[in-house]
Amino acid sequence: MSRHIISILLENESGALSRVAGLFSARGYNIESLTVATTHDPTLSRMTVVTAGSDEVIEQITKQLNKLVDVVRLTDLTESSHIERELMMVKLKATGDYREEIKRLSDIFRGKIIDVTESSYIVELTGDSGKLDAFIQSVDESVILEVVRSGVTGISRGEKSLKF
Amino acid sequence: MKLSGGEILIHALEEEGVEYIFGYPGGAVLHIYDALFRHDNIQHILVRHEQGATHAADGYARATGKPGVVLVTSGPGATNAVTGIATAFMDSIPMVIITGQVSSKLIGTDAFQEVDCVGVTRPVVKHNFLVNDVTKLAETVKKAFYVAQTGRPGPVVVDVTKDATDPNIKVPYIYPKKVEMRSYNPTLVGHPGQIRKAVDLLLKAKRPMIYYGGGVVLGEASAELTELARLLGYPVTGTLMGLGAYPATDEQFVGMLGMHGTYEANMGMHHCDVLFAVGARFDDRITGEISSFCPHAEIIHIDIDPASISKNVRVDVPIVGHVKKVLTDMLEMVRETDNRGEAAVFALDSWWSQIDKWRSVKSLEYDRSSDLIKPQYVIEKLWEVTKGDAYITSDVGQHQMFVAQYYKFDKPRRWINSGGLGTMGFGLPAAMGVKLAFPEADVACVTGEGSIQMCLQELSTCLQYDAPVKIINLNNGYLGMVRQWQEFSYNSRYSHSYVDALPNFSKLAESYGHIGMKVDKLSDVEPALKEAFAQKDRLVFLDLLVDPSENVYPMIENGKGHHEMRVRPGQESIS
Ligand SMILES: Cc1ncc(C[n+]2csc(CCOP(=O)(O)OP(=O)(O)O)c2C)c(N)n1
Ligand SMILES: [Mg+2]
Repeated sequence: MSRHIISILLENESGALSRVAGLFSARGYNIESLTVATTHDPTLSRMTVVTAGSDEVIEQITKQLNKLVDVVRLTDLTESSHIERELMMVKLKATGDYREEIKRLSDIFRGKIIDVTESSYIVELTGDSGKLDAFIQSVDESVILEVVRSGVTGISRGEKSLKF
Repeated sequence: MKLSGGEILIHALEEEGVEYIFGYPGGAVLHIYDALFRHDNIQHILVRHEQGATHAADGYARATGKPGVVLVTSGPGATNAVTGIATAFMDSIPMVIITGQVSSKLIGTDAFQEVDCVGVTRPVVKHNFLVNDVTKLAETVKKAFYVAQTGRPGPVVVDVTKDATDPNIKVPYIYPKKVEMRSYNPTLVGHPGQIRKAVDLLLKAKRPMIYYGGGVVLGEASAELTELARLLGYPVTGTLMGLGAYPATDEQFVGMLGMHGTYEANMGMHHCDVLFAVGARFDDRITGEISSFCPHAEIIHIDIDPASISKNVRVDVPIVGHVKKVLTDMLEMVRETDNRGEAAVFALDSWWSQIDKWRSVKSLEYDRSSDLIKPQYVIEKLWEVTKGDAYITSDVGQHQMFVAQYYKFDKPRRWINSGGLGTMGFGLPAAMGVKLAFPEADVACVTGEGSIQMCLQELSTCLQYDAPVKIINLNNGYLGMVRQWQEFSYNSRYSHSYVDALPNFSKLAESYGHIGMKVDKLSDVEPALKEAFAQKDRLVFLDLLVDPSENVYPMIENGKGHHEMRVRPGQESIS
């Protein structure tokens, strides 16, 4: 089992998202995260799916995705050098000693405090999923009020690009 | 030319050369039906249930190779069609299904007869479209026919909102000559390097097997397969879906393989050193226990669908492409480079003598001394009476396997059955679709007393549109295939597999305006079959009371490999 980030260009049509999501559930493939938005070309959406599986399963996933009539092109980012990013916002109880502590941690992780009240902070963090996990692990669970993550997006390094 | 949506649809179907629409009207498609009124070029067949419409269109498509067309209303019309759509999907049959949808402004309001048809059918179609704008209709129909027929074929649903067919809204109509879809480009030509590798491997095989499937039928590659197999001189086995694509009466044919395949085919699979898979998909009914599948073989696989390759079984030489093109390329290469010498001839001879030993087990022999009517005997006689040249449809169960085993199909598209989904109820409407396509041909539906009752209502449609098919009901009083599994795996606890309170089928057929005949004596079988086929213009329902306890042999039970077949009753697996 290894983790893969699959980037998909698909027709920006109603129903296209459910075809991809439906494929994963119907065939029992695992989805860690799925993000999608329109590209600079409004007729195309770009989707990023993070999944895990053996080499055989990943091969089937890419073939089955390619078979969907709405899928224009796809690439497995993890096959070559790439950049992975995820956005996270964490609402934390910030009272007493914790106010300083959270500020310090947020600086270490290059986060930003984007909302402040007498008793809470919201920290915004961007990075790969590992970094976001590490931040969560470093704060005391009792102070976490809410966590929201965007899911992973990614792009390959260098000139090589996924486009139509 | 300005047309309404309803008119556009009908014109588009005409452009596609559609002869028949199998359909059933309702609120959401009334505009379309109005456009069809007194229309001469396309005949509408009013079925009695939407499932029947889909199977009839499917049978038509399987027999002709042309897409089958269905028109049903929204809501229950669409959901009734789902089983037939899934049936076609599993066997890669080209169909275009037009479903009505509520008006676009009502979508999402739980309107009367509203169902999310695109959502419901999504997992069982090759693709589907929702059209809520009349100006998109012609282009979408064009795309639907294109997608349904190209690449790996399959059913395509076009869901059309009622307002898109409004007779008061007319728009300019031009039917596109061509479609281009940037997201859909099936690979047709096989990679020359892979073809070279495949040919080299084939020519140096010592114990080769050719295993072909429904892809050869769909890809019209029967002649190429036959020629290549003969040139090579290798044994050939076919799947349930492939039967007929290689002539069953040919010496090199070793019968069907898989769960109810012949002993020689399955043993050949187990012991071969090179397996040449052509348009087949390594389905679980074919492979048996996957961990003991072809343990000694290097595998070559031709398929038009890249996702079929290495899905269930890892292959060594994959070739993605249209089977007809790839086989043509291979033929040429074999002709040019066949350099097999004496050693190869010797190896092939000893492989054939091994296969002949397995053949001598006669795994399809059955008890011919019984006074009861054996279903196998009926199929043998059916083959004789129809001179092996009829179109035979079937339902699902023991009777289906008996046809596959005992009716020796020599031509493709003659054997029409639901292999992938295994849909009881398929046989009769499918036969009707075939008969409408080929009114002069002999068309028979081999069925069981369980299955025939699932789409029996189409007897009425057969009368209305003059489809005089022959129904061969192998009536064993049981859901025989279920009973057989219960006998083998559940210690003969026949839980709800006995069909009590059966109708008098011959009288039932008569009440529908057809001829009914009941046969309960062995000696009456052949004369009854002859008489039925002599009645060219009438539908004849032959109700044959067959041995209720007969089982389908040989058999590979669950979890067993090809070399662990149970050949005959009372006999354990032999290897
Ligand atoms: C729609 C549907 N429901 C259930 C089944 C499961 N099933 C497979 S074979 C069979 C028995 C069929 O009985 P019959 O038509 O009498 O044929 P026989 O096996 O007796 O020849 C059943 C219930 C099926 N294949 N399709
Ligand atoms: Mg039965």
